[in-house]
Amino acid sequence: MIPVHWYLFLGTGLFTVGVIGVLTRRNVIVILMSIELILNAVNINLVAFSQYFHSVDGQVFAIFVITDAAAEAAVGLGLLIALFRNKETVNADEIDILKW
Amino acid sequence: MSFLDHIWLIPLLPAAGALIQLLFGRKLKNSAVSLISVGLPGLAFVWAVGCFVQLLGQPQHTFSTVIYTWLPAGPFHLSNGALGNLSVDVGFLLDPLSVVMLLVVTGVGFLIHVYSIGYMGHEGGYYRFFGYMNLFMFSMLVLVLANNYLMMFVGWEGVGLCSYLLIGFYFQRKSAADAGKKAFVVNRIGDAGFLLGVMLMTVTFGTLNFHEITEAARSGHFEVGSGVITAVCILLFVGATGKSAQIPLYVWLPDAMEGPTPVSALIHAATMVTAGVYMVARSNALYVLAPAALTLVAVIGAATAIWAASIGLVQNDIKRVLAYSTVSQLGYMFLACGVGAFAAGIFHLMTHAFFKALLFLASGSVIHAMSGEQDMRKMGDLRGKIPTTFYTMFIAALAISGVPPLAGFFSKDEILWNAFAGPYAQKALWAIGLLTAGMTAFYMFRLIFMTFWAPSRVAHEVEHHIHESPRSMLGPLVVLAGLSVVGGWIGIGGAESPFASFLEPVFKNPAAFPAVEASSGLEYGLMALSVLVALAGIGIAILYFVKRPVTTERLATPPSAAETVLLNKYYVDEIYDALFVNRTKNLGNACAAFDLGVVDGGVNATGWFTRMSGELSRLWDLWVIDGLVNVGAFAVKLLSYPARILQTGLVQSYALFIVLGVLIFMAYYLAHFGF
Repeated sequence: MIPVHWYLFLGTGLFTVGVIGVLTRRNVIVILMSIELILNAVNINLVAFSQYFHSVDGQVFAIFVITDAAAEAAVGLGLLIALFRNKETVNADEIDILKW
Repeated sequence: MSFLDHIWLIPLLPAAGALIQLLFGRKLKNSAVSLISVGLPGLAFVWAVGCFVQLLGQPQHTFSTVIYTWLPAGPFHLSNGALGNLSVDVGFLLDPLSVVMLLVVTGVGFLIHVYSIGYMGHEGGYYRFFGYMNLFMFSMLVLVLANNYLMMFVGWEGVGLCSYLLIGFYFQRKSAADAGKKAFVVNRIGDAGFLLGVMLMTVTFGTLNFHEITEAARSGHFEVGSGVITAVCILLFVGATGKSAQIPLYVWLPDAMEGPTPVSALIHAATMVTAGVYMVARSNALYVLAPAALTLVAVIGAATAIWAASIGLVQNDIKRVLAYSTVSQLGYMFLACGVGAFAAGIFHLMTHAFFKALLFLASGSVIHAMSGEQDMRKMGDLRGKIPTTFYTMFIAALAISGVPPLAGFFSKDEILWNAFAGPYAQKALWAIGLLTAGMTAFYMFRLIFMTFWAPSRVAHEVEHHIHESPRSMLGPLVVLAGLSVVGGWIGIGGAESPFASFLEPVFKNPAAFPAVEASSGLEYGLMALSVLVALAGIGIAILYFVKRPVTTERLATPPSAAETVLLNKYYVDEIYDALFVNRTKNLGNACAAFDLGVVDGGVNATGWFTRMSGELSRLWDLWVIDGLVNVGAFAVKLLSYPARILQTGLVQSYALFIVLGVLIFMAYYLAHFGF
């Protein structure tokens, strides 16, 4: 039986990789992919605790998160295409129109 | 059908003509204009004759009617404290006095309208001329038919307006426009007097009705010589001096000759200028209560008569001679009124209307023949070329000179007789009148001889154009010549004549001095004397202008000193200019300077101050108000600088802050609570 904190270390590592990816990568597609990593880190946590507490609630939550991630990917990629049509770029550091 | 019941038609017929001409005349043919504007006054004359015939059947030969109440006024206090109730009607009074005026105005007026068809036929503004003439007829008829002073004043002003319009008929000519203005302004001075007199009457009698005022004056409430009555009479006479061209307001009448000749005949000889005489005669009941005013009227009348006659002696313009003659004859009429012989004054008014209208119309015919020349020095020997004009004018000259048995003889003799032996006789004034009669005969025959007798001084190009006038002009001349001969016969017999006894009810005043008994021998002697004087005047004229032919060389000799003074009309115009006209102009200029400097200056200063304060306000706004706002904005901008550089617009930097925030919280919790 693998102890629960191993899963937590994996989740933490995956989360950190995802956060660093979001903060450092220029390509918006890669950023979206990094967000998926973060979500999956959460999923690992949920599943791990579900196993640990012998409750099925966490696994149900994980299913919801996956569904949510699919919807988010669809909306996010749609936004991205709309953005590309206007700015002709997918680099996050060139998109600064949130400024005043 | 009763003419009297529709007496209002008499003034309204010419008024309709005036309305048609002045509104639509421009579109009408000349023949239509003539038909309407001569036909309507003709119809008015027919109506007037009908009224006259019916008036003879009325009790006391008086008819009065009220059309409607014009000015119903509330009660007010009279000068004696009693409560008066003035109410002015539009109403007509036809009595022996007004019917004489009515027949003269419509009759002579109609003849002059007929004459104008020929005289004005080639002039521009044909319809305008007849429109004004008809308007004049309307105003004059309102004046003579009115039953109260206020309505009379309406007509009085109306004829003044028409006089102004017709004197200035040739308004392109500056002299004509100026003459019209002069006539209007001088008449205003007189009218002010008339109006003041009417106001004084209003507060004295509480009525303006002729009949009621006459009744009040004859009732004995006012004593002879009463101050207020004298004031009323003098004020009314001031009005008369303006309208009837007496000293000192006579100066406009000679200048009025700038108008077309029919206008001079109708307005400035036969009718309008006699309005003053009519008004004084109409007020006779008041005048006999004011012997001082009567004396003033007589003195002014006599003085005007001789003054104007003396100027007329030397004038060279044919119409100006007649103009001064008119002033002089009007003086005669006032002399008659002034010596209490109102009937004689009205008699002379009537005969004068005949022969003076004839003289003017004949002179118009001469001017017509001479292609517009009015200077007698350029005429002469016209006798055979325009015979009808000559004969009619000769008859008129005899009539005005007082040669029996023509009209002027009877009326003039009646005046002189009353000045010598009447109840208010003034022998000095009689002497002046007699002298004037001689001068009148002299200047009239000077005019006749210079115009019609040899040698001819007519310019060559004018000479072969000389032609007799058309029938429409000669017809009125012949009719008026007939009237100038027989018109005086109704006055034969002095106070017992048909004319005088017809007028007697109007002029019978209990307060008047009783008539003086005088022998008929004296009367015939004076009559012979006045005829002799007239013949002497004619004789002197023959000596001067027939025995010594008026050649161009003789006219070239410079005039003597006395002649120069007379030619310049005693320099009265110049004196008036210096005394009144220029003073008034100076006053006007001073007012203009005041307006320009003080009034406009004040306005401009206010404007300048407003502009300056506006400028100050603008600077304050720009630097202080806007400055404060800008300083506030600048401070905000400065303080917000650090916050501003944090906002990059990059999603990733915002995410970094979020992560940093989470890490800080986590560090805080870890440090406090440990693992």
